[in-house]
Amino acid sequence: MLLRCLAALVVLLTFPLIIGQTEHKVMAHMQGRLGPMYAGGFHGWAQLVADGVKFAQKEDIVPAGADRRVFQLAPAVALLPYLLVLLVIPVGPNGFVGQAVDAGIFFVLAVMGIGVLGSLMAGWASANKFSLLGGLRTAAQLMSYELPMLLAGASVAMAAGTVSLTGIMAGFHWWWIPWQAIGGFVFFTAGLAELQRPPFDMPVADSEIIFGAYTEYTGLRFALFLLSEFAGILVLCALTAVLFLGGWHGPLPHSLGWLWTLLKTFALAFVVIWARVTFPRLREDQLMRFAWTGLIPLALLQLALTGIIKVAISQ
Amino acid sequence: MTATLLAATGSLAPATRGFLSPTGVEIVFVLVGLAVLGAALISVTTKQLVHAALWLVVALGGLAIEFLLLTAEFVAWVQVLIYLGSVVVLVLFGLMLTRAPIGRSPDADSGNRWIALGVALASAGTLVTLVVDAFRTSWIDLGAGGGSTAAVGASLFRYWVLPFEALSVLLLAALVGAIVISRTGKGGARPRPGRLRTRRPAGSAAPQQQER
Repeated sequence: MLLRCLAALVVLLTFPLIIGQTEHKVMAHMQGRLGPMYAGGFHGWAQLVADGVKFAQKEDIVPAGADRRVFQLAPAVALLPYLLVLLVIPVGPNGFVGQAVDAGIFFVLAVMGIGVLGSLMAGWASANKFSLLGGLRTAAQLMSYELPMLLAGASVAMAAGTVSLTGIMAGFHWWWIPWQAIGGFVFFTAGLAELQRPPFDMPVADSEIIFGAYTEYTGLRFALFLLSEFAGILVLCALTAVLFLGGWHGPLPHSLGWLWTLLKTFALAFVVIWARVTFPRLREDQLMRFAWTGLIPLALLQLALTGIIKVAISQ
Repeated sequence: MTATLLAATGSLAPATRGFLSPTGVEIVFVLVGLAVLGAALISVTTKQLVHAALWLVVALGGLAIEFLLLTAEFVAWVQVLIYLGSVVVLVLFGLMLTRAPIGRSPDADSGNRWIALGVALASAGTLVTLVVDAFRTSWIDLGAGGGSTAAVGASLFRYWVLPFEALSVLLLAALVGAIVISRTGKGGARPRPGRLRTRRPAGSAAPQQQER
């Protein structure tokens, strides 16, 4: 138990860094950025190290008017849920999971919902109008996008007849991928919005409300927020891979299952970065409309489709 | 998780079921309970509104842990999803939108304090008396899996479907009410005079280019 927790912690600390490094490189290539290509020589491999040193050097400032304790606690509150969620995502068959939880999907979606508290606390405690605005936008956005995410997750649970993540993996067939494709799209997109990644980064919009809830953060605390964003990408991609892309199921023998999960996860992470580089930011009203008139009807459609096919199979 | 949690803290079926023979789980239960009580007390006595809501997070999270210790795994996650993830966030959202200064809130002092304390004590007394009286001699063996998702789901949709549906209707009514209240006129969201934001037709490009 302790060992598994430790392993999950190590994964939480390394994989997001890998995603961060990938983001640097992918963005550099796609946008022709030269900056991240210099540090360390070949292909700028030390850029992430340089970033880390930069963050560690910066002074840790708490604004004079801020609510000290809440301000300082916020990054931890933002990061902790992702660590808890990583603990329960099954990576491979035969119990290759941090801790199998009976109500897997439910646990994951419930705990991920707490992350918003971190942004709200950060935004409010900064005593900065832009930060407060960013925090409120975050809350509104996360509440709107929670619903399609839950509905899409419910569709998979319905298909498998269980809410346990390992149970869902056990019941997986290849034709689930086309069957649950709409739900997968809804889940992934809504998750992207939950992470406030571009094109859904209205709450942190750096050109309008100067990084929203994170305006006043510097140094390591800001790095913690960044880490939680990358951990969020990892969690979202791993979940999408497990729920909608069959997780460890692949053409290779089952002993190599974990490799498939990782491959799918990182392929999805690449898509997340790709979307950041290529899509323009949505406006606040477009963002809300997309959730309520786009994703939720789609999720309901997927739910109905799942139900119909499920009944048709059982007869 | 519960099973390992229980295994780590002690056996669930004590050999002697005396009043004062606490097992590990019971000790943890009481300690978490005290933490919940403390957080709840701070939540109602603090003069800072947002802090009150944040202490509520601690109290409700502690309650989720209590549910876990009682092997009611599903209820614990429901508690986290609904109360921590939604209700408290909504409360915070409302507070921050309307009145949430950093520091003490001037209107956090209520003249009804003592009446509220009386009502709280009376209702707590009633509940404690009722529960103690109802379950005085009965003892439930908290076997692992008793409160699992499968068990709760089966009983919910087999025996308690009607209350469940009635509750959904209640929620629907609340939802419809919220929509009715939030609609100001026939035109839907009209910009009110005096607002800073200029109206821009949604879906079309901005009439004038800004800051480019």
